[in-house]
Amino acid sequence: MAIQRGRRSDFIDNLGKIYLMYTGGFVAFIVLLGILEAVGVRDDILGFLFVGFTLVIYAAIGILSRTMRVSDYYVAGLQVPAFYNGMATAADWMSSASFLAMAGTLYVLGYDGLAFLIGWTGGYVLVAVLIAPYLRKFGAYSVPDFLAARYGGNFVRLLGIVVLLAASYLYAVAQIRGTGLIAERFLHIPYTYAVFVGMAGILFCSILGGMRAVTWTQVAQYIVLIIAYLTPVVIMSNSVTGVPVPQIMYGEALQQIAALEREMLASGLADAETLTPHLTPYTTTDPINFFALVLCLMVGTASLPHVLMRYFTTPSVRAARKSAGWSLLFIFILFFTAPAYAAFVKLEIYQSIIGQSFGNLPDWIYVWGGNEKVKICDAAARSLEAVTAACQAAGTDVVRLADFWIAEDVVVIATPEIAGLPFVITGLVGAGALAAALSTADGLLLAMSNALSHDVYYKMVDPNAPTGRRLVAARFILLGIAVAAAFTAVLAPPDILHLVAWAFSLAAAGNFPALLLGIWWDRCTSQGAIAGMIAGFGTTLGYLIYTGPAPFGFANEPIFGIATISAGIFGLPIGFAVTIAVSLMTPAPSEEMRQMIRAIRRPGGATVSRDGDLRPAE
Amino acid sequence: MSSNEAAWWSKTRRLMAVCLAVWFIAGFVIPLFVNQLNAFVFYGFLLGYYMAAQGSLIIFVLVVFWFAGRQDAIDREHGVAEED
Repeated sequence: MAIQRGRRSDFIDNLGKIYLMYTGGFVAFIVLLGILEAVGVRDDILGFLFVGFTLVIYAAIGILSRTMRVSDYYVAGLQVPAFYNGMATAADWMSSASFLAMAGTLYVLGYDGLAFLIGWTGGYVLVAVLIAPYLRKFGAYSVPDFLAARYGGNFVRLLGIVVLLAASYLYAVAQIRGTGLIAERFLHIPYTYAVFVGMAGILFCSILGGMRAVTWTQVAQYIVLIIAYLTPVVIMSNSVTGVPVPQIMYGEALQQIAALEREMLASGLADAETLTPHLTPYTTTDPINFFALVLCLMVGTASLPHVLMRYFTTPSVRAARKSAGWSLLFIFILFFTAPAYAAFVKLEIYQSIIGQSFGNLPDWIYVWGGNEKVKICDAAARSLEAVTAACQAAGTDVVRLADFWIAEDVVVIATPEIAGLPFVITGLVGAGALAAALSTADGLLLAMSNALSHDVYYKMVDPNAPTGRRLVAARFILLGIAVAAAFTAVLAPPDILHLVAWAFSLAAAGNFPALLLGIWWDRCTSQGAIAGMIAGFGTTLGYLIYTGPAPFGFANEPIFGIATISAGIFGLPIGFAVTIAVSLMTPAPSEEMRQMIRAIRRPGGATVSRDGDLRPAE
Repeated sequence: MSSNEAAWWSKTRRLMAVCLAVWFIAGFVIPLFVNQLNAFVFYGFLLGYYMAAQGSLIIFVLVVFWFAGRQDAIDREHGVAEED
């Protein structure tokens, strides 16, 4: 896959052929490993091959995409077609949590978990209609870059960087942690070192080619992650219902689940207090929190810099809009499968575990019980003896519903074993989870390092830096951030992952009013935007710390019952109100600025900014 | 602003409002009536559950592609589109 300078258009022209061959090669690789398993190659070698081989492929793409051009490094040379940018955005967007824990969340929360599906897909309507095409027309290199041009000055640039780092850093730490956990399990190295193997994999994909390299590895990673996600559940659907279309067939499973829930209540295997009916709304939350979460996730999606910057890479404004559609379609393929995963796994657990005596329990629970991912009667299900002892102490000789617990993040990765599939499918799911974590980590690290290298170094510290020095600085900053995030992933306590959900509310309240009004309301002034960003971001951060779990917050009672995860519901309206009020109290933007806003809105004509600098007025 | 540009911008804003209305209905109004919709069952699915799990998502996908097509048509009609 040669992506050298000069032959670039060859590469772009042949994208379809190249990625088709890549997909065929990957499927052949799965089949080959399946054959190896059949002839008796050990599981740990298969897992090693899966994870190691895919890591090498991504690194190879990253190295082949190296570049010395500023516009390649920051916006992939504005050459990424809508369809492929859609795939890259989908991989960028779907983190290891989407891949591993989304279905598990639906398993545990039932209907209430669907707020995540609605929020994380509906946000793309806002991206497409309100924000992305206009940022593409501006020609930004980063979100703070746009804010600085629209609102004039480095103070608002700095605010944009603060919001960006707040929304991206812990998110990136979580992804690096994810890569470390997968590398630990499949490459058999201690977690502390596995984190740095994951980090090296991330850096290979980004450091030489910046956005261009990240784009083409993200496309490759999407292909791996979607194949890995669909395969186990398609096979499971086929064996349960006879039809390999889980997204349609899980209706049957839902009905059986509802019937089994009624039976369990009648027979005393479950009681009304511990059973969360799978289909009933608002059993774990109330309607206000459900819709507040939906709104925060939607607006957060349309404000997260690592998502928006993907749309800076398309060849045209038209392509940016279409690309939002492709992004959403590719995300949709995974998200509309997640409820099917949850339903099939739940049905299997209700049928073959709940109400069974201990000797009849399936073997897969012991595989995951060893890692404390499955507990029965409050004890890790390490062996039949452990389960029997714990349950006899609890005074039961069958597994009741309340006795059984499975971690959210193993529902997907345990599915191959639940369905009795060969280990090669487990390895495939591991490779998919790794792809999801790597691609998101790449996007986040690049968003942060681009803001620091372009916005801080080039725009604020050394505006006369020549191209070569800008690119060297960009790479050193990327390296520094990656190392810092990896150390945080090693040293910080695991419950730091709770903070990831904060990113959406922080990005929403900090960025959204300034971005939206900056494009759609030409009366919006610098002072208004600055005041609004501080008020919105400050309110949200304040609420997160006020109600957040210790040691990150003070764990106070929520105000109006709004859960911490939806903190943006306070910051957003305050951000809008302050931006509008202060704008109306300050002098209207200059005629020059109004002309720039008109240029941003109109798709035709040159971009407003070029190679990271504003074009001189005509 | 020329009258052509003003006409183009007002059509663009109207399209934006229509898309956001669809977004609001699919994302908020339909899920609000989940209990009422659950009275309908098709193919094993309760309609209210189905809409939140898949139905609204399908609407989002369709509205974004529809928007991209409509906006491009408006841009071309008023001569503000990019060259192909």
